[in-house]
Amino acid sequence: MNIVYLVPLFPLIGFLLNGLLRNHLSKSAVGIIGSGSVLASFIVSLMLFFDVKSGNNTVATLFNFINTKQFSIPFSFQIDQLSSLFLLVITGVGFLIHLYSTAYMKEEPNEHFARYFAYLNLFVFSMLLLVMGGNFVIMFIGWEGVGLCSYLLIGFWFKNTAYNNAAKKAFIMNRIGDLGFLLAVFWLLAKLGTVTYGEVFTQKSLDLLSATDITGITLLLFVGATGKSAQIPLYTWLPDAMAGPTPVSALIHAATMVTAGIYMIARSNILYTMAPLTQCVVAVIGLATAIFAATIAFKQNDIKKVLAYSTVSQLGYMFLGLGVGAYTGAVFHVITHAFFKALLFLGAGSVIHAMHHEQDMRNYGGLKKYMPITHITFLIGCLAIAGIYPFSGFFSKDEILTAAFAQNKVLYIFGVIGALMTAFYMFRLYAMTFQGKFRGTHEQEHHLHESPSAMTIPLIVLGILALIGGFMNVPEVLGGSTRLANFLQPIFAASIEKQSAHHIDHSTELMMMFGVMAVIIVVILLAWMKYAKYQKTDEEPRGLGKVLANKWYVDELYDAIIVKPLIAFSKFLGNVFDKYVVDGIVNGVGRLVQYGGRQLRLIQSGQVGGYILLMVLSMLVYFAVQMFILKK
Amino acid sequence: MPINYYIFVAIALFCIGVIGVLTRRNAIIIFMCIELMLNAVNLLLIAFSKMHHQLAAANGDAGVAGIEGQLFVFFIMVVAAAEVSVGLAIIVMMFRNVHSVDVNFLNRLKH
Repeated sequence: MNIVYLVPLFPLIGFLLNGLLRNHLSKSAVGIIGSGSVLASFIVSLMLFFDVKSGNNTVATLFNFINTKQFSIPFSFQIDQLSSLFLLVITGVGFLIHLYSTAYMKEEPNEHFARYFAYLNLFVFSMLLLVMGGNFVIMFIGWEGVGLCSYLLIGFWFKNTAYNNAAKKAFIMNRIGDLGFLLAVFWLLAKLGTVTYGEVFTQKSLDLLSATDITGITLLLFVGATGKSAQIPLYTWLPDAMAGPTPVSALIHAATMVTAGIYMIARSNILYTMAPLTQCVVAVIGLATAIFAATIAFKQNDIKKVLAYSTVSQLGYMFLGLGVGAYTGAVFHVITHAFFKALLFLGAGSVIHAMHHEQDMRNYGGLKKYMPITHITFLIGCLAIAGIYPFSGFFSKDEILTAAFAQNKVLYIFGVIGALMTAFYMFRLYAMTFQGKFRGTHEQEHHLHESPSAMTIPLIVLGILALIGGFMNVPEVLGGSTRLANFLQPIFAASIEKQSAHHIDHSTELMMMFGVMAVIIVVILLAWMKYAKYQKTDEEPRGLGKVLANKWYVDELYDAIIVKPLIAFSKFLGNVFDKYVVDGIVNGVGRLVQYGGRQLRLIQSGQVGGYILLMVLSMLVYFAVQMFILKK
Repeated sequence: MPINYYIFVAIALFCIGVIGVLTRRNAIIIFMCIELMLNAVNLLLIAFSKMHHQLAAANGDAGVAGIEGQLFVFFIMVVAAAEVSVGLAIIVMMFRNVHSVDVNFLNRLKH
């Protein structure tokens, strides 16, 4: 058997075991099955990665999934440079988060604990399908699977109505995007008769597509990406998705699932390179989301909400990278972001755990002396996301910004502004949480403690990764050899060939890098100083602050222009159309039959003579019809 | 004689039968009218069979063609006789029970 199949098989088995035996397994058994299956996948992924590194790409076909006269779609897995990298991130970070969950979810009752791990394993399985799929249809199966798991896990505490609504919101918003994805797949299928990557991305197939086709397909795929990866206008589900357990936010809503859109575009990079209009749209939407979400993050007080908006913003950066053709930069940022954002979320989870599910940062403060490991690792995460040398975010963000600079100076300037904002709100978060004085209740202060080792070990590992992750792709200007870019070269070769090369001379690039970093450091210090002495006030934010605290009223806007009219329309259908038209028809038929029956009953008088008369008359009519009307 | 006359007579008999069944309420008369209709049909059977036989003979086939109709009539008469005996028996029973042979009196099936 090909070992490729083992990668998704392990989490699937884990899902089945935990899901079916959830009432019989002890918590430790559940934890071992859940984490172990992902660890096993990780080991196989490592083997595959080294296989790929030595030049062995595999396409493994399990069976023929759809077979018709016009086309056939195999159920195949494709392991190449791009998917093997994603496999490592998903299973690696996934394993750490599973491990972390064993401690974080300890208070849950047995069967819910097992249910949680079953969902988590199912998620990893779906995500692996998404990434490993050898064609768009398999990717779509995974795409839907992760959407389902996201729904299940956001609504994990299903007794809380608000959480259920958040889950539904996430699911419905994703469905809107999925429709775009599906239409794009149909379009491809109609034009080419195949959706297999190896056949679609060849020059022969691309010649069959007109410019309109490519623009349409890429735009529709991008609609799918905006849903899954939380971009304007479909981003509002992600902050609400924080209703789920914190490790879920770390795994699904920061590290892996939300990067599916980036993976998909990186996978079809050649199509995007051939559609400049779409690229422009992707870049602008990405940048707009990056800035927009960053502004909202300024005024959020829920620690997870800040991180959620920061995720939306960072995803925006990745799309900016894709839009300006820096595919490697985007993938690089996916990887580093997976490290530091998973770290930040897990750190936040550790804080929330210590604070007994208190998520309001206004009640935090001064936690650094109670939780040293969480503090240090969280600081690393913040420095990484802010983009300080030599933390990982520096390299990946810089690569995207440099590419933006080469493409369009305006994009670059806004990108830098976004980066400054990121630094500010992250250090606001950091300072409010770990610096200053403790602002919670005495009881909370009494219970403050560092988290158990099952939680701190993932933090430490992710901290190290966030620290050194950037060195996998050091740009030439800093004396590196862009290893990641070289590794991914076969995937993006065709696109790179088509792009007009912009070259920035090294001194400009260096100046930009460290100039921006200097400003970022200033911003960090500002935020640090301002929020380290944060005092709780009852003062409501005013003016712009109020608008930001209310997330620009986007939810209210959507509510007013989409949700409310839809509900009103449904109510109209339910109360008027259903009641009078549908019920009217049904009841009308019934009443007609009843009335007819009542009238016909009168004929059955019991008078034999009457019956015979009717019989004779009917016969006469019959003969008349036969003779005079149907004569010919 | 042309076949039309037979048909007219048969139709007349049949109509008398039908009208009798429809208008009269005495079970025995209704019964007789039914017999009338039956015999109208018998008459037609014989007339058509005769005509058929003549046509076959004219076409050079002097065999038994057309005889079957006349044979049928005998069957019908036999079956009708059996039926009459059953029918009359019913009427007798009815009279014994309700002392009437008025069919309108017998609408109890309705309820």
